[in-house]
Amino acid sequence: MKNRSLVSINDFSKKEQLHILELAAEFEKKPTQKILEDFVVATLFFEPSTRTRLSFETAVNRLGGKIIGFSDASSTSVKKGESLKDTIKTVANYSDLIVMRHPVEGSARFASEVSQVPIINAGDGANQHPTQTLLDMYTIKQTQGKLDNLHIAFVGDLKYGRTVHSLVIALTNFNCTFHLVSPFELKLPSAVKMHIKEKKLEYYQYTSMEEVIDKVDILYMTRIQRERFSDPMEYEKIKNSYVLRNEMLNNTKKNLKILHPLPRVNEIDEDVDENSKAYYFQQALNGVFVRQALITTILGLKK
Amino acid sequence: MIKELKVSAIENGTVIDHIPSASLFHVIKILNLDTTSNMVLFGTNLESKKYGTKGIIKVSNKFFKPQEVNKISLVAPNATLIEIKKFQVVSKKVVQVPDEIVKIVKCFNPNCVTNHEDVPTRFTMLSKEDVRLKCHYCEKITDKKNMVIK
Repeated sequence: MKNRSLVSINDFSKKEQLHILELAAEFEKKPTQKILEDFVVATLFFEPSTRTRLSFETAVNRLGGKIIGFSDASSTSVKKGESLKDTIKTVANYSDLIVMRHPVEGSARFASEVSQVPIINAGDGANQHPTQTLLDMYTIKQTQGKLDNLHIAFVGDLKYGRTVHSLVIALTNFNCTFHLVSPFELKLPSAVKMHIKEKKLEYYQYTSMEEVIDKVDILYMTRIQRERFSDPMEYEKIKNSYVLRNEMLNNTKKNLKILHPLPRVNEIDEDVDENSKAYYFQQALNGVFVRQALITTILGLKK
Repeated sequence: MIKELKVSAIENGTVIDHIPSASLFHVIKILNLDTTSNMVLFGTNLESKKYGTKGIIKVSNKFFKPQEVNKISLVAPNATLIEIKKFQVVSKKVVQVPDEIVKIVKCFNPNCVTNHEDVPTRFTMLSKEDVRLKCHYCEKITDKKNMVIK
């Protein structure tokens, strides 16, 4: 994987993905290792992000590397009309690896083709966010001891949520059963369902969480955004039916864990936070270990 | 009875026949015939027994490589390619739908990088029957009904 870019989750094979997860477990045991001291990592965030940018920067800092970059493109030459190609080629002169987030879909793939150094895609519009997928996989494996044969429920906006699409596709390699809970307007796109069908796996669709919550190993919650609805009345009608409350967890499986890519708005009640089944903050921490594993592998420091 | 040719014969070169009338100028553009210095003869809205009407192009002293000409299958899936030497037909074949399409189609996704930066489009063909193209960059699908030739 040395010197390879990670743009789409499918750029890495199942074996390579599992290798990153194993390495992430080593970093979890020993997060501070000064093996990146001679390296400069660029973090180019053309649109705002909290968790993703900070966890990449934490990953680099804990490894002793240096960071250059920006968290807001408005203070850069992009504002003067510089092309993406020129920005990337310039920054590639200064750094050993570029982490980028950009609102335009396909921008990371294009960057990986013009850059002299590897690119890690930290989100390109509604398209891909592969490091989120890897950290979700890591968290599932960490809490369940395995990735295979699990029952996983995805709840909320399954139509536009890129984290859901990539994770579903990645988990089709592991014989999981998919339980898809969403309002009718926000169902999982058929292009993603095709991946499940191709692997001859099962999926079930629901409109209420209660129908399935007691049967699953992982409950993956997502935020439903008001602007997804053309009719605001529709949003008002459904918004409360996709909120997870603590009492709903009473009869759930012992090994159930609740994940969420964050930020959360109101779809998980705060009283759930104290429940041992809530796992979204640990999930965000896992992002650091997974990114440490990726960065060191791509730079050829770990095999 | 001698059949009258609406578009004159060429001595050497290529004839592209059975082009849908509506696609004739697309084919000219895709093959860069609008900028060539070779003699080009064409006709459109000609009578066709098979298709009702059709277009035809004759390019003098030019022989296309298959990958060059296969691109036109997007707009002219039944086009026939006839090579002529000394006024005689030396080969005749139907165009093949290629596995990859570069440059000529616009990505349907307005938020794709190819519609924002100076990047040539690139697609892989998912289905040859109904022409479904997957963008190499944004990974979204452009199908036949949303296809725009650049």
